[in-house]
Amino acid sequence: MPATDAANDDVLIELRGVSKRFGTLTVLDGLDLTLQRGQTTVVIGESGTGKSVLLKHLVVLLRPDSGEVYFHGRRVDHLSEDQLVEVRKRFGFLFQMGALFDSMTVGENVAFPIVQHARPDDRQLEETVAQKLRMVGLDGLQSRSPGQISGGQRKRVALARAIALNPEVVLYDEPTTGLDPVRADVINELILKLKRELRVTGIVVTHDMTSAYKVADRIVMLDKGRIIADGPPEWYKTSNDPRVRRFVDGHANPEDLAALDD
Amino acid sequence: MASGPAANLSVLFAGTRRNIDKFGEFCIFSWESCIGSLREIAHPRFWRLLMPQMFEVGYRSLPVILITGAFVGMVLAVQAIEQFRAVGLEERMGAVVNISVVRELGPVLAGIMLAGRVGGALTAELGTMKVTEQIDALRSMGVDPIRYLVAPRVVACFLLTPILTLYANLTGSIGGWFISVVQRGVDSGPYWEFTQLAVDNFDLLSGVLKAFFFGAALGLISCFKGFYCRPGAEGVGRACTEAFVTSFMAILALDYFLAEALQTISIRIYGFRTFL
Repeated sequence: MPATDAANDDVLIELRGVSKRFGTLTVLDGLDLTLQRGQTTVVIGESGTGKSVLLKHLVVLLRPDSGEVYFHGRRVDHLSEDQLVEVRKRFGFLFQMGALFDSMTVGENVAFPIVQHARPDDRQLEETVAQKLRMVGLDGLQSRSPGQISGGQRKRVALARAIALNPEVVLYDEPTTGLDPVRADVINELILKLKRELRVTGIVVTHDMTSAYKVADRIVMLDKGRIIADGPPEWYKTSNDPRVRRFVDGHANPEDLAALDD
Repeated sequence: MASGPAANLSVLFAGTRRNIDKFGEFCIFSWESCIGSLREIAHPRFWRLLMPQMFEVGYRSLPVILITGAFVGMVLAVQAIEQFRAVGLEERMGAVVNISVVRELGPVLAGIMLAGRVGGALTAELGTMKVTEQIDALRSMGVDPIRYLVAPRVVACFLLTPILTLYANLTGSIGGWFISVVQRGVDSGPYWEFTQLAVDNFDLLSGVLKAFFFGAALGLISCFKGFYCRPGAEGVGRACTEAFVTSFMAILALDYFLAEALQTISIRIYGFRTFL
């Protein structure tokens, strides 16, 4: 497995021995991971292997049972919710279903994080919201409610909201899941655009290999709460590791197939 | 594997432990909500969040409260009047009906109606937000969901349950008066005179004081159930049912303890008072 070496000062986020259990189920099992500034790291793995849980640990929406999380070299997993506010403002989080507030319009959703943390005047706010929506190609939909727009548009609005505070890091939780290939590619292009134009560090959790190959500088594969592969996208195209091949090529596990025959 | 009584016991212990854990979580949640509310209450932005909740809890609940209050007063009068008439004490109907309404039925019924009408809606709203990750989204944006979502809702319930109780008291006594005086011909003058003798400010205030507790309880329980709701439509549905049942029980249990305490205080201050 090729290691991705980088200078230490480029490390933005570091997980050290992070474990998380829900009841008797171990979701993360002593995970070590460093994420580099300016890179897009894609985390792949079967459903239920702890990808989304990993993502939530990065902004401390979940706290590890053991292990540590560092952001800019500072430990963050034990900070209080109040202390975490400053950390979280530097992150954008795109949730799987968008998680738009359905009691607000599209415009209010995008404005929400800005209004919560600053006191812009109306005109300035309107301009920022329009600019964020323009970035995702949806300027003009400000007064619609989230129920009135399509699934793909909802994710793009959620992305506009995630970047409202000009974050350094954007976390994408299955950004292309549930979208048709054309709309999925729009999201991929947006991830690349954010990296190019805003120099955003991205962490993408997905099981869509097309998307992973397109946006990744580095791909990390999780299985049963552990990292089983870590390398650039090209490595995954040629790897002979059976677990990696099975996932990348989309073949069922022989044990699962055997169970179907019973 | 253990079987028989040992297994039953371990299941019982596990169940008890789970409930104690839940109660502990609820206490922490309540504590954080109270602190959050106190810290927010001076901010203008809090009032912008509070007003829509006040509208929902107060104004929108008013018709239900007025109607239930009236019927309770009427039913009370219907049940009591024949007995009172038989012993020639029908002029004292006002005392019994009004003291019951003001001390017990007004606050309890207002609390229970709110637990059903507002509590259910609060649990469903917060539960859906939890299930669709909107609560996580708030936290990820550095906004404390307790202060943003829970505090305004709990404060609205806390402040408005007593006011709605006063409305229930009003229609309750009008209902009792209507049945006794208008319908069954009790003399209006003595009816109100005996009411005045029996119902003290203390009774009115004790009802209102109870309502503060009921409001806080139903607000906290409903928000808690929504906040810790299990995933899926089933999770939200179950949380709503649990919220109502728990609020209902909590209101009645609180009512018992407060009644004991207030009774003791009343006897200390006024000595024993007879309604008849």
